[in-house]
Amino acid sequence: MLYFARWKVAAIAGVILLGVLLSLPNLFPRASIPSWLPARQISLGLDLRGGSYLLLEVDLAAVVRERLEGLADGARTRLRQANIGYLNLAADPANERLTLRVRDAAQVPAAVAALREMANPAGTAAAPGVPADVNVTSAEDGTVTLTLSETALRARASGAVEQSLEIVRRRIDETGTSEALIARQGQSRILVQLPGVEDPNRIKELLGRTARMTFRLLDENANLQAAVPPPGVEFLEGETPGQRYPVRRRIEVDGANLSDARAGQNGQTGEWVVNFSFDSVGTRRFADITRQNVGRPFAVVLDNKVITAPVIREPITGGQGQISGSFDAASANDLAVLLRAGALPAPLTVVEERTIGPELGADAIRAGLISLAVGASFVFLYMGLAYGLLGWFANIALLVNLLLMLAALSVLQATITLPGIAGIVLTLGTALDANILINERIREETRLGRPPASALEAGFTKASGTIMDSNLTNLIAMACLYALGSGPVRGFAVTVAIGTIVQMWTATTLVRLFVSIWYRRRRPKLLPV
Amino acid sequence: MFLARPLFRLVRDDTAIPFMKGRKLGIAFSIILSVLSVVLAFYPGLEKGIDFRGGILMEVRTSGPADLGALRSGIGSLGLGEAGVQEFGDASTVLLRLPVQGDEGATQTAVNQVRATLEQVSPGARLLRTEAVGNRISDELFTGSLIALGLSMLAMMAYIWFRFEWQFAVGAIVTLLLETTKVVGFLAVTRIEFSLTTVAAVLTIIGFSVNDKVVVYDRMRENLRKYKTMPLRQLIDKSINETLNRTLGTSVTLLLSALPLALFGGDTLAGFAWTMVFGIVASTSSSIFIAAPMLLFLGENRLRRVTEAPSPAARAASGT
Repeated sequence: MLYFARWKVAAIAGVILLGVLLSLPNLFPRASIPSWLPARQISLGLDLRGGSYLLLEVDLAAVVRERLEGLADGARTRLRQANIGYLNLAADPANERLTLRVRDAAQVPAAVAALREMANPAGTAAAPGVPADVNVTSAEDGTVTLTLSETALRARASGAVEQSLEIVRRRIDETGTSEALIARQGQSRILVQLPGVEDPNRIKELLGRTARMTFRLLDENANLQAAVPPPGVEFLEGETPGQRYPVRRRIEVDGANLSDARAGQNGQTGEWVVNFSFDSVGTRRFADITRQNVGRPFAVVLDNKVITAPVIREPITGGQGQISGSFDAASANDLAVLLRAGALPAPLTVVEERTIGPELGADAIRAGLISLAVGASFVFLYMGLAYGLLGWFANIALLVNLLLMLAALSVLQATITLPGIAGIVLTLGTALDANILINERIREETRLGRPPASALEAGFTKASGTIMDSNLTNLIAMACLYALGSGPVRGFAVTVAIGTIVQMWTATTLVRLFVSIWYRRRRPKLLPV
Repeated sequence: MFLARPLFRLVRDDTAIPFMKGRKLGIAFSIILSVLSVVLAFYPGLEKGIDFRGGILMEVRTSGPADLGALRSGIGSLGLGEAGVQEFGDASTVLLRLPVQGDEGATQTAVNQVRATLEQVSPGARLLRTEAVGNRISDELFTGSLIALGLSMLAMMAYIWFRFEWQFAVGAIVTLLLETTKVVGFLAVTRIEFSLTTVAAVLTIIGFSVNDKVVVYDRMRENLRKYKTMPLRQLIDKSINETLNRTLGTSVTLLLSALPLALFGGDTLAGFAWTMVFGIVASTSSSIFIAAPMLLFLGENRLRRVTEAPSPAARAASGT
């Protein structure tokens, strides 16, 4: 027990040296470390360095609603083409279905066949055999029901969240925020961490808009005073309150076909505009539309609001255009950013926000370091005074423990939070538990009359089972805490868990090595316990 | 090298306090405290923090001493529900609280309204911290915390059951319940906010507390093997006394590390650290007075079933 093979001593020294090496990068600012060094650092949590934490939720109900609206539009067109009369076409988003009644019961099979064609395969082309996303059934009285399949909806929702994640990332990149962390959380949420951002309002505004831009034609014959718009047309508001436009539902060109958008100023009037260019598909479609509709008005619709509705003067074939509305520099710029980044598949809501200014973070770091220093001195003194030499050995092991914790956190590139610092401070207290157990045991064995070497050996051996048991309970508690999991609290669980694991090694193996070196040098007749 | 020898002992090595004598009193006292704590947890109830209640919390630093009255009336006029405005730390720092708004969108609108009002009422004020938690999130965090607490108890019980006999597991879990309820009572009395950090403190206490119990139980198991004929009552007393220095020693080092956090850790950690301090004291005393004595009730005969010397009648029957 007290004998250490040479290679073991070397291995222990190696572990400590490695700990030093791995912790070193934390002493230097990230920028000053050459990129060829595989250096990893601990990063400070938002509560310590300041920044903004946003939890966004993707409105999945909107995904269902949109798909149902699309189906309703499709149903209208197809049934009209097939000359099938119908009544009561209604979407029911709560039950994820669409119902209608076919007037002539004899036409029901034809209607079902026509409607079935609208279904998208639920899986990808690579996975045939997956049921279609729409299930069409009919009843005796001519009622036809289109139900969205559960699996397809789930796939669609998951796709929407993934896509939103990508768009959120692009939009935030566009604002030039560095080191932003964007990650999916759970089924329908997106976590955004913005270090150093004190005022997240601009980003919240950017993320709060769907930014779906469409180019559509106006229905010039529609009566704006009518309570219900004619089929295939909707009344949309304009920029100025009270303004309404009869916009056709059919989307001629979609914002997804844009290749670029930039804010700029109109050379003649000096007003702010957004210049955009289409990709090849968009260019072709836009050219066709404008050629066929010269002299008629068309609308640029953004998030169900008409930004502008100019009359087409001549065919636009160059694939470039300009949106003028009531923009100022900031809003033109924002729109350009949103158009470049693309539209969100569904609206996002901020469900949790935590923003901390840098001052509070600096205060927190100072408070944490003071607590650490005071706690460490108290604990060191207690240990040294209560257990003498064996206590001082334990203190040295504790310092190594702190060093190795730092190294482990660096390797994991862990984020240290204020509760994380608390975890480190508490580790000071728990780490010594193992040594207290060992020292008490050695003392007991000595009192039972064992000679020094045998008492030391018995102390380390007999305490080891207890140490294992008691540390495992700590680890179980921390695993539960981690599972509860929300940013800062997780940081606490991680530091305490790492501290506990490292401590099992430093408190036993390392202290035993110290004791064995001391014992071989001094050969004491009596143990100082 | 005077430092090489220990300078003091927390308790003398030959300490033999008859803890078991006071076991009924101790357990009765503990149950009364716990019942009281549970009552307090519902009436007046816990001060739920923003994590669990939802709503808006803003820390504002004004240029010069803050005019609390103006802030209160300014924010009150927004019609966002009962606004809490209080000084926080020093005269120029104010903590604003607003209840949860209808849905998340409304909460975000409210944040912006309050910002605008602050700009009017107290020009130059800076927002040090903004937290806005929607009601769905707070509900989820609350249930999540309860699940984590429950799960940790079950895990601890399973672990001790696996490592020891079931009596130890039941003893530990009952003690743990008594302790955790007292911590809840402490939160209710001190009005420390019940938040995610406090739950972290409670979970940490659970970990340390079981750790404490395991050490005493470990010693009991060892002694059960060593002293085959010693009455259980005496054996438990012996085990507690033998491990007393360790139990107290570990608690002292823990206290010495938790106290600086409570005193210098700042407002965010103070609640966490004081809960820890209380929990350490509670768990240490219950390790001594509750957890081990409880075994006497549970295991008077059973814990000895394997090691008990066979009775004369049994010996005669087996014909040896």
